[in-house]
Amino acid sequence: MRTGYRPRTLVRELVMIAVAIMFLFPVYALVTLAFKDPEQIANKPLSLPDPPSVGSFGEAWQSASLGSALLNSTLITVSSVVVLIVLGSLAAYFLARTASRLSYSLYILFLVGIILPFQLGMIPLYQLVNDMGLLGTYQGMILFYTGIQLPFTVFLYTGFIRSLPADYTNAALIDGASHLQAFGYVIFPLLRPITGTVLILNAVHIWNDFFTPLLYLGGSGRETVPVRVFAFVNEYTSDYGLVAAGLVLAALPILLVFLVLQRYVIRGFSSGLKG
Amino acid sequence: MTAITTAVRRDAAKAPRRRGGGITPPWFFAVPALVVYALVMLYPSIVGAGSAFTDWSGVGEQRSFVGLENFKQLVHDDQALGAMRNTLLLTIAIVVVQNGIGLLLALGVHTGIKSRMALRVIFFAPVVVSPVMVSFLWKYVYNPAPDAGLNAALNAIGLGALRQDWLGDPSLAIWSVAFTVIWQCAGYSMVIFLAGLEGVPQELQESAMVDGAGLFARFRHITWPLLAPATTINVMLSTVGGLTLFTQIIAMTNGGPGYATDTLSTVLYKQAFVFGKFGYSTAVALVLAIFVAAVSFIQIGYLRSRETTA
Repeated sequence: MRTGYRPRTLVRELVMIAVAIMFLFPVYALVTLAFKDPEQIANKPLSLPDPPSVGSFGEAWQSASLGSALLNSTLITVSSVVVLIVLGSLAAYFLARTASRLSYSLYILFLVGIILPFQLGMIPLYQLVNDMGLLGTYQGMILFYTGIQLPFTVFLYTGFIRSLPADYTNAALIDGASHLQAFGYVIFPLLRPITGTVLILNAVHIWNDFFTPLLYLGGSGRETVPVRVFAFVNEYTSDYGLVAAGLVLAALPILLVFLVLQRYVIRGFSSGLKG
Repeated sequence: MTAITTAVRRDAAKAPRRRGGGITPPWFFAVPALVVYALVMLYPSIVGAGSAFTDWSGVGEQRSFVGLENFKQLVHDDQALGAMRNTLLLTIAIVVVQNGIGLLLALGVHTGIKSRMALRVIFFAPVVVSPVMVSFLWKYVYNPAPDAGLNAALNAIGLGALRQDWLGDPSLAIWSVAFTVIWQCAGYSMVIFLAGLEGVPQELQESAMVDGAGLFARFRHITWPLLAPATTINVMLSTVGGLTLFTQIIAMTNGGPGYATDTLSTVLYKQAFVFGKFGYSTAVALVLAIFVAAVSFIQIGYLRSRETTA
């Protein structure tokens, strides 16, 4: 109850802070590890690094080739999300604004994709991508993410468009604009709130995905961050300081983006699923 | 808008006509999405479901129909049966504990405490990090050495007797993996419960308090029923997440020790890409798909019935 800050509120505050400290223990262990030299790791596993050494970071950055991995991840994530937004919003606009048996069946067909686990088609798709010569390419990954994430994207957009009044496009179309122009200039700007949600949910999912990039990009030189980190950690398993530095560096970019955009990210995750 | 006004002159003759209350967008808007979706999901899934009844080895197109042979093999395959059991245990543990903790965090954060915004960010942060990295972080925490990670921490607070080989002990490993997933995703449950809590009217709580309802009674009769939609979403998300668990297993235990932490997803992956038994692998995938579809349908039906009675 928000009836002022009472002693009970203080107790609650202290309990929650204690929970947060316990929650952060693994992060503390990892970050301090990254700043320690092997001798400190062996003798003082839980203390603060004294003196802190930053040598592991440069070495981890090099060994895991994180620079190019970040570039690959960014390229694949940005392209996939752009294609998803364009294809998803266009399809949803048709599905939401057409009252025919065809559009209803199509909508249901897209919904099936939300509950269909991709493992069922995993092997035939791998062969298909191989036959198309897209294994180990950016295009293959962008195609994959677009197809896999379209059902959810179409679902979010369709729900949102149904709640919009129809009048805007009608006016533009009577003025003689083509359907694509009416969509691009009139409808799409109105979709901004749901486009934000679509962007955040898809970007986080694609950035962090592991299974498919491992299969499709392994050994191609175009590996994304999680795939490089996986290979790097398995190669240097026993060098704890180096592994910890690599993990910290690899997690840092998305954590920074999250801290800057925290309100939007949390809102996207908590609202997008209500449909 | 200038583009639209120039278009007026150019396309005036082709202006689409009104039909009924609104203008129907052209069908070709849906075509690109449908083509990509059909290529990446529908077609491979149909082929996959079909190959579950063949002896396809994955090399070339050579495959022959073997009926239910793969499924017969499956019910006698200790690794696959163990994986099915592990998948169900992991899913139950994750659904119950992750959502329980998520709810407690949400209730704790949804109060007048000063640190609530910072706490929200802290508890949610692991959600945006790759499960691969979270798994490796916990793999270090679970280090079997007595003077590292969790064991060192237990020792430091005088609980040295509780030190374990967290991932190496076959009866413990699966719960250690489950806890990693719970640690990463509890913040996700929390923000969905928080969105639900924001919809609980303050006046209702206050009038119940005036009527003498205690904290628990108010939760039981006001908050909990109003959290029904958030609960359904959380249960659904964590169920599907648990049933398809893969990355955390591969990164932390690779299914071991023995088969102690194999899940349906890791088994079908190994059968296909380690042993080259594609037909058998897709049979396992079909079982997984049926699990996921069944759970989704039950939960969607439950959600609907709840919404109509509300």
